[in-house]
Amino acid sequence: MEKIFGRSKGLTDVPFSFCPGCTHGIIMRLIAEVLEELDIIEDTIGVSPVGCAGFSQDFFSCDFVGAAHGRAQAVGTGIKRSLPDKIVFTYQGDGDIAAIGTQHAIHTAARGEKITSIMVNNAIFGMTGGQMAPTTLEGMKTSTSPYGRNIGTNGYPIDLPKLVANLEGAVYVASVSVDSPKNINQAKKAIKKAFQVQQAGLGFAFVSVLSTCPTNWGLTPSDSMKWLRENMMPVYELGELKVAEEVKSL
Amino acid sequence: MEKVLMKGNEIIGEAAIRSGCKLFFGYPITPSTEVIEYLSAQFPKVGGTVVQAEDEIGAINMCYGAACTGNRVMTASSSPGVSLKQEGLSYSAAVGLPMVVVNVNRCGPGLGGLGPAQSDYFQSTKGGGHGDYRLIVLAPSKAQELYDYTMEAFDLADKYRNPVLILSDGFLGQTMEPVVLKERPEAPAFDRSWVVDGAKGREKRVLASYSLTNEIGEANNLKWEAKYKHIQEQEQRWEEFHTEDAEYLLVSYGTTGRICKSTVLNARAKGIKLGLIRPITLWPYPEKAFIPYKEKVKGIVTVELNTGQMIEDVKLAVECKVPVHLYRRQGGMLPTEDEILDFVENKFNLSAVEEV
Amino acid sequence: MMDKVILAGFGGQGVMFLGKVLAYAGMSSDLELCWIPSYGPEMRGGTANCSVILSDEEINSPVIAYADAAIVLNKPAYDKFAPRVKPGGVLVVNSSLAKLDNVRDDITIVEIPATDMANELGNTSIANMVCLGALLPSLKLVDLAKVEKAMGKLTKKKPELLETNINAIKKGISFVNC
Repeated sequence: MEKIFGRSKGLTDVPFSFCPGCTHGIIMRLIAEVLEELDIIEDTIGVSPVGCAGFSQDFFSCDFVGAAHGRAQAVGTGIKRSLPDKIVFTYQGDGDIAAIGTQHAIHTAARGEKITSIMVNNAIFGMTGGQMAPTTLEGMKTSTSPYGRNIGTNGYPIDLPKLVANLEGAVYVASVSVDSPKNINQAKKAIKKAFQVQQAGLGFAFVSVLSTCPTNWGLTPSDSMKWLRENMMPVYELGELKVAEEVKSL
Repeated sequence: MEKVLMKGNEIIGEAAIRSGCKLFFGYPITPSTEVIEYLSAQFPKVGGTVVQAEDEIGAINMCYGAACTGNRVMTASSSPGVSLKQEGLSYSAAVGLPMVVVNVNRCGPGLGGLGPAQSDYFQSTKGGGHGDYRLIVLAPSKAQELYDYTMEAFDLADKYRNPVLILSDGFLGQTMEPVVLKERPEAPAFDRSWVVDGAKGREKRVLASYSLTNEIGEANNLKWEAKYKHIQEQEQRWEEFHTEDAEYLLVSYGTTGRICKSTVLNARAKGIKLGLIRPITLWPYPEKAFIPYKEKVKGIVTVELNTGQMIEDVKLAVECKVPVHLYRRQGGMLPTEDEILDFVENKFNLSAVEEV
Repeated sequence: MMDKVILAGFGGQGVMFLGKVLAYAGMSSDLELCWIPSYGPEMRGGTANCSVILSDEEINSPVIAYADAAIVLNKPAYDKFAPRVKPGGVLVVNSSLAKLDNVRDDITIVEIPATDMANELGNTSIANMVCLGALLPSLKLVDLAKVEKAMGKLTKKKPELLETNINAIKKGISFVNC
């Protein structure tokens, strides 16, 4: 019988350890499949952050470097400048890249650094137990916004891909979701393109993936998907937010 | 051999080039800026790369990434900027990354001023960032040593897989002195068995410092402790100046170290048996230098550009068997050789032996 | 033997260059030397100064408490650095821009209208070189020949300046020798 689905060679044998209903596993699988399809597993160096996304260093079968909180893109820059022929990607949560690492998020894009960054946006700090993130929605309850995010005191959520898309050095920026098979397929296409952009040496490529955190949201896995669709999607517009001319011809 | 006249900061850049370093990540700050300026001009000619980072945090983490690939890498800054690098240095020490970091010390705390100071001694030698780690710290006192020690720093960093700090100061960085551009013997073979450069035909490698359990954490700390002990045993360096018959000792490094040489000569001309120990490694601290003298000399004065930081290490080295006093200037001021001598004479009531 | 020299004036009067000429003159005769600038905010406007130590043995302390010689190109520089010349030392004063008061009698003061002389030579910016000429006979370790050699290197990119500068230096020397 023909085997039509299996574990990607881009992943190790280590089983995912994420909470039930967490979408990190889906996103990592998509990246692993892209690495395998592009035949770049042995040429790729990943950079893991601090937070749940930090476990990525155990799950991918390529070389990995663990960065300090927020610093993955600076670390990735150092690796890429040292080894320009290798493929470098960062895998970061929204808390990591859009709060403590904001300066790197802006400047890595502005420099047109030839790396790929994947942001997993679940609107909350997951690893530390559900605190407010820069992406937490208005009115959303977290352990540090127990009465709901108050715009007057906490300000507005950051839509990082939109921000990054404004920068000349970012040549490909996409916002995707993994809440449905259709969206998972779209997400994989975007991730693949973000790596092809790097292979072609065109500039900085950024993909934001809307994700769930059932544990810290206090919802079941299926309710989490519903919540994501109803609450996050209206705020964080999906689609290819920026495709530079040179990327269109890829 | 070629002899050049260059600013101290530029000499560091030149030494980096001649050490085979091709990667520099930095952010401008007075009085260290000539390092990044020099390399921005020179690196393109030799296939090197300079990235002017978004900030010092970006710069040190770029160094971290580059060092993971096993290629030589450097950053340079001055005190407030070096404070920003501390997190990255802690991570670099934890992963065991060779890199050379230059601190052209200006005076602090806070924004402070641009004058020479040694107020970052504690930060440099006691870890600096979080966690229990050490940097190897080299303290040049003139331009030729800026060149020689920078080359040495790259070899030490590779040998021990540890960041090495060059502790310069605003005076050394801005002053021009002649330097002989010595060729360095080929660096010892570099073990690449740990570097991350793509898992081609081998198992994947992960360079990270998170310890999942307390047991792993302790095992890691014990491993690093053993490395630091080994470095302490092997790498203590210092210079002695008129110490053989000394009754009194000055202890000073860097710019004040060389000023103290003049103090010693002036004291000798007056019949005062003064000597100098000039630490070259500030970590590991050259405790061995004091062994022959701690039962012998009548008194020690540390000469520092801070409120008295190295004096603690001197007291430990002599096990409090000798009175140790502090002479210091701060805020960017430098002492003259005679001001130091006046202090020594007063402290030990030596004016009686004058004019021998 | 050692020459410790302080050079001071307004920013833009070529104080640093003056120091570099002395430093390269030392280099070309294989002397030990330090060229020490004032830097940072001091560089932006106001007085500029640098100092040069030339020596035929190792220079330990690079700190100049009292200089063997100094050139001051204006009045503020005179006020600040005249007290820093050691007794018996030499102070060259650009008298076009500094009228002297509190004149010390324990040092040799050379008053030279350097800016006026530079203007007569058709280039106001070479007053520094005129003063250097006035100082040269007092220095122990460098002379005109060494300075000419150094100047050749320093003006490689603008060879026309070589003759202009050397002429100005010679004017300064003959002013003192007269």
